[in-house]
Amino acid sequence: MKAPLDSMNSAPSDAPPDSPPQFANVSRRGFLVGMSALGGLVLAVGFPAASRAEDKPKYGADGMADGWVDDPLAFVSIGEDGTVTIVVHRSEMGQGVRTSMAMIVADELEADWKRVRVVQAPGDQKRFGNQDTDGSRSTRHFFGPMRRVGAAARTMLETAAAARWNVPVSEVEARNHEVVHRPSGRRLGYGELAYDASKLPVPPRETLRLKDPSQFRYIGKGDVKLIDGPDIVSGKAQYGIDTRLPGMLYAVVARPPVYEGRVVKYDATEALRVPGVVRVVEIESSQPPAQFNPLGGVAVIARNTSAAIKGREALKIEWEDGPNRGYDSATYKAMLEELARKPGKVVRNEGDVDAAMARAARRYEAEYYVPHHAHATMEPPAATVRIVDGKCEAWAGIQSPQTARDLIAKRLGMPVENVTVNVTLLGGGFGRKSKPDFMLEAAVLSKAMGGAPVKVTWTREDDLRNSYYHTVSFQHLEAGLDAQGKPIAWLHRTAAPTIMSTFDANAKNQAAFELGMTAINMPFVIPNVRIEDPEVPAQTRIGWFRSVSNIPHAFAVQSFVAELAAAAGQDPKDFLLALLGPPRRIDTRKQGDTWNYGESPERYVVDTGRLRGVVETAAREAGWGKTLPKGGGQGVAVAYSFVTYVAAVVQVAVDDTGELSVPRVDIAVDCGAQINPDRVRSQLEGACIMGLTLATGAEITYKAGRVVQNNYGDYEVLRMAAAPREIRVHMVPGNFDEPLGGVGEPGVPPIAPALCNAIFAATGKRIRSLPIHDQLKTA
Amino acid sequence: MVTLHVNGKARQADVPPDTPLLWTLRDVLGLTGTKYGCGMALCGACTVHVDGQPVRSCITPISAVGQAKITTIEAIGEDRVGKAVQAAWVEVGVPQCGYCQPGQIMSATALLKRTPKPTDADINTAMSGNICRCGTYTRIRAAIHRAAS
Repeated sequence: MKAPLDSMNSAPSDAPPDSPPQFANVSRRGFLVGMSALGGLVLAVGFPAASRAEDKPKYGADGMADGWVDDPLAFVSIGEDGTVTIVVHRSEMGQGVRTSMAMIVADELEADWKRVRVVQAPGDQKRFGNQDTDGSRSTRHFFGPMRRVGAAARTMLETAAAARWNVPVSEVEARNHEVVHRPSGRRLGYGELAYDASKLPVPPRETLRLKDPSQFRYIGKGDVKLIDGPDIVSGKAQYGIDTRLPGMLYAVVARPPVYEGRVVKYDATEALRVPGVVRVVEIESSQPPAQFNPLGGVAVIARNTSAAIKGREALKIEWEDGPNRGYDSATYKAMLEELARKPGKVVRNEGDVDAAMARAARRYEAEYYVPHHAHATMEPPAATVRIVDGKCEAWAGIQSPQTARDLIAKRLGMPVENVTVNVTLLGGGFGRKSKPDFMLEAAVLSKAMGGAPVKVTWTREDDLRNSYYHTVSFQHLEAGLDAQGKPIAWLHRTAAPTIMSTFDANAKNQAAFELGMTAINMPFVIPNVRIEDPEVPAQTRIGWFRSVSNIPHAFAVQSFVAELAAAAGQDPKDFLLALLGPPRRIDTRKQGDTWNYGESPERYVVDTGRLRGVVETAAREAGWGKTLPKGGGQGVAVAYSFVTYVAAVVQVAVDDTGELSVPRVDIAVDCGAQINPDRVRSQLEGACIMGLTLATGAEITYKAGRVVQNNYGDYEVLRMAAAPREIRVHMVPGNFDEPLGGVGEPGVPPIAPALCNAIFAATGKRIRSLPIHDQLKTA
Repeated sequence: MVTLHVNGKARQADVPPDTPLLWTLRDVLGLTGTKYGCGMALCGACTVHVDGQPVRSCITPISAVGQAKITTIEAIGEDRVGKAVQAAWVEVGVPQCGYCQPGQIMSATALLKRTPKPTDADINTAMSGNICRCGTYTRIRAAIHRAAS
């Protein structure tokens, strides 16, 4: 019996092929019928699928390109030896999704985790549902479908056993990799039932019996270890950069140093003299907007990466820098500042802000700056492509394998069916690997080499200089306080180039999904509110970065709240709770937010009770207000993002020279039920480190159109010595009947403001411009 | 042709002597467990042991290695300390994406072989050359203490 999973090895085919055994002799049946067609291609990543005006709005996974699939035949196979193979269709980039998704299926399947193995799906959304691993969506969109996958397979095994024994199915029950006949105690292992089960029809969705959460074996328990842990610690884990194929060539690319620049001419003579260099190939520059196209440039193709790098150093290239040759971060910051001080497009307007400001007892204003960032994934972008007999096969750590597949097919002019995108582990993603530009480079180069396998590796310098950058943001906030120090008016202007500029050269206003990240959906009890979005021209490639616009918005809003508390002479935590007001459920549509992370505004309201809950939890656990040694201080911040609530209390120590350290961070998270609590914890720990990096040292700046930073020496990410000694994550208990929140991103936004609020508490110095760098230094 | 002693075996590599050990291991010898991260000894992802010392293979030309014994992540589990470190990493659930962890484990193993009971300050000194962008530092610290005990 032909197994359905033969094509799903992410290992190259010169590696020993996996041989997933039988269960499902899958004729693909009719399950594709009714699945939505691919949405707007370019916008498929990070956005719900485009819908027509007359369509009813679709939310959650329903709203994503190709939605969800819960057919067990697509996801589960069981061998005669009882091995359960579970296909994971979302990309693993450190969030633990290969463990968590498989665990959900295994739990409902009553599988013994020790006998489960995981196979990574190739890019094929018709078969598996949406695969864009971004937006902190995997678990919240696929918890239901994956439970049904497991439950359906379990039901098939139970049905097969009942038929074998000729007993009513109501008398049998799956228990830990066996089906048991309760009256007689007879048992059959899953391996013994697999063949019979594979002959049965898939039970209809509405007949499935899901477990009561009290029966979960793995979900919510936190004792399942990472499925890839042993491979990771022994160096066996395969990332995109690790792909090796027979006859493979290695490429690096000299890309335009200025965004939208292009090659005028080049001389490859010296490069071709470097031992090991095989060929030099020009990649055509893309026309703006960049979308996911390669930036263009000159590729050096060699026998190994080192030779390719040396060959590139020997290239002589004349560039035309193009329209962004003058991009300069200092000048741009001044422009943003000017824009943020003038009225912009009003995106939320309640009451009468001007009148309330005029009658306020006190007015307060502050401005905040957050620079560009690069994801700087430890594994830089890397992809391998080969083309054989009109078929293309690609390997990469990619967050958007279907988009990659579609775009490679388009670029190579071949049918999508002829392109296979194998998803390796990602050595970090953070949004960078949502963009398959680097895979397209490999496709172009393989084609230029007659289909030979070519691996493109980005050096760290390439990664920092030619990224899709986190936006740069300047924000102007004003508040009017009454005589008791209570805010009665709120004005927030957020000036930042939009991600949409990467897809539409005319886009100058932030999109709903950017404004809906902690700006337009501001939840405070303030009667007069105006939020404005000035037009900002982009001068580089802007893209998603973990937590996206929540980073600058939460930094500004949560810093400003602490500033207002200080102005009002109140405790910042109490002041924040008062602003959040009594527990209430906010329909964000009424605030003008059409986004809400693509989720139903009825199912996912913004609950100020939950916001209060995480603030109170973090404060209590951190011992808010405790006496600290000289130079110590605590700061608090909270954010709702990716439909999850996170508060952080950061404790700092600042010595006489202005040296900052962070001994402890307490984080409270309310993401609803936690499917894999240890991975929730680890994501929050990691988000804390990333938030501290954003706040303290790292920034991307431009001079003369070029990125100034080169490598980790001047893009300063946090290291062990500067990391908090303690990061305590406190999880608010959830209920499996309630919708789930995201986990990968929501931990980042509160960290920078909580840190700066702590610094203020410790020193009286207010940081309004990130990174902190040496702003605290006294000497 | 250069002969290198890698993980207890003599291996031949037909690359110029100034080729970094990193790319020789990865591209020529197929030992991809050692990772590229920066190429400038700034991140530690490429850490291997040369005669027991932690070395950044990305800036080490093979000509500088000579007859010295190279140990990579693929073989560190054959070492008692290395094996304990790997076990602690799994037990504590250190890895997120895992990409930097071979380098972290090589640095941690070298530390523990030198200093069997490291203090937090020892850990800071030994491990601050290894970047983890996922931010697993608190667990790395916990896993080193665990492996030490």
